Amino acid sequence: MHTNKFVGVALAGLALAVVQPVYADQGRFIATGAATTIDGAGGGGIVPWATLSSYAEEGQWGATASLTEVNVDDFALSVSAASLTFDNRFEFSIARQRFDLSTIGGELEQDIIGVKTRLYGDLIYGDLPQISAGIQYKKNRRFDLPSAVGAVDDSGLDYYVSAAKAWLDGPFHRTWLANVTLRATRANQTGLLGFGGDQNDDYKLMTEAAVGMFINRHWAVGMEYKQKPNNLSFADEQHWRDYFVAYFPTKSVALVAAYADLGSIAGLDAQEGIYVSLQATF
Amino acid sequence: MRWINVLPGVLVTFALLLPAPAAAKTELYSALGEEAGISRLMETFLLEIAADERIVEHFIDTDIERLHRLLTEQICELVGGPCVYSGEDMVTVHTGMGISHAEFNALVENLMTAMDAEGIPVGAQNQLLALLAEMHPEVVKL
Ligand code: HEM
Repeated sequence: MHTNKFVGVALAGLALAVVQPVYADQGRFIATGAATTIDGAGGGGIVPWATLSSYAEEGQWGATASLTEVNVDDFALSVSAASLTFDNRFEFSIARQRFDLSTIGGELEQDIIGVKTRLYGDLIYGDLPQISAGIQYKKNRRFDLPSAVGAVDDSGLDYYVSAAKAWLDGPFHRTWLANVTLRATRANQTGLLGFGGDQNDDYKLMTEAAVGMFINRHWAVGMEYKQKPNNLSFADEQHWRDYFVAYFPTKSVALVAAYADLGSIAGLDAQEGIYVSLQATF
Repeated sequence: MRWINVLPGVLVTFALLLPAPAAAKTELYSALGEEAGISRLMETFLLEIAADERIVEHFIDTDIERLHRLLTEQICELVGGPCVYSGEDMVTVHTGMGISHAEFNALVENLMTAMDAEGIPVGAQNQLLALLAEMHPEVVKL
């Protein structure tokens, strides 16, 4: 299958990170590289954060590889992704998504190339949040189904701005993190169902947010919210939510498990299920 | 766009603008084991630094006994203990060292390791880390 080679590369990366000692300079604190979102950008699970992936500080390089599986009632999403960050300033990411329409039958596939740049501030230091901006180029690898349900284009660009802040000593003397992301998008179901539709073909500004609390340096719990446009008349599209537990045993590995509520997808309501993601950092 | 959909975003935006809550300082002094505990912590901390090749070269010509005494005084005073810091101010001390962001973080990581080793509870660790993070602009890139 076409995703196999991609998954193979990501897996090899994961194995390497787990087995090998880390040679990269990892100049930021553990967990500040966050996890990998389903679109490949550094962040939570469904919301890209203003944080840049890996632990690269000024003048340093870092990389990540990750595998993500989301299983909801009638669908399954698999994502393999990788990212490269330089200088705690530029993040480049690639992701391949495979979306199995388990109940309906068939599958959708999408590739995403992303860049994110930190514009201002620092997640930890100073009173103001860290602000980043990003662009994601998304391309459907198959457009039969999206086109059949009214999608206009098989590719699209998302533009987003994110602000994130961590409070080392927040409520309950725990470290807290909050992120808000504003995204301009034409994507249907994040692009899996194409871009633009019969109902709306313009960019819409969507709000995404995440809040998390670190129980200690290795464990965090939190939630995310992702607003989505409703471009296709064939089925109602709803916002997404997730409630996550993240585990950072070392700077090399991050494991995220979540309960995901993806609302109605392609006319099938109440898509809820489990999200699991494993990330290796170099 | 329904207002309820943007509400989480609005709430988080407000949260982003809130200042961090002030630490209850004398409690922190006790949680760190008072002056004796802080002195022990600073010793473990300096041993961690000595073993950290990312930053140890900064300390090659440093009188470690003196640095230990000054750090103990400084942290003790900072967390509400009955000590008086007798060293120079942070900017004066660190000017000319060209300490990078990564080096500052490395030093703080050594403190985290030391606090774990000394069994200091997470809440007290976070309070101390927040106080030290405020000094970031007085130490880095000078
Ligand atoms: C919040 C963080 C820091 C605090 C609270 C702190 C505190 C201090 C104190 C109290 C002294 C002694 C002052 C004196 O001699 O009068 C000192 C000296 C020194 N600090 Fe820092 N420091 C911090 C970060 C750093 C970092 C990140 C580095 C380098 C990686 C560093 C390198 C040094 C060196 C080399 C000296 C000794 C200078 C000498 O030999 O006299 N400090 N620091």
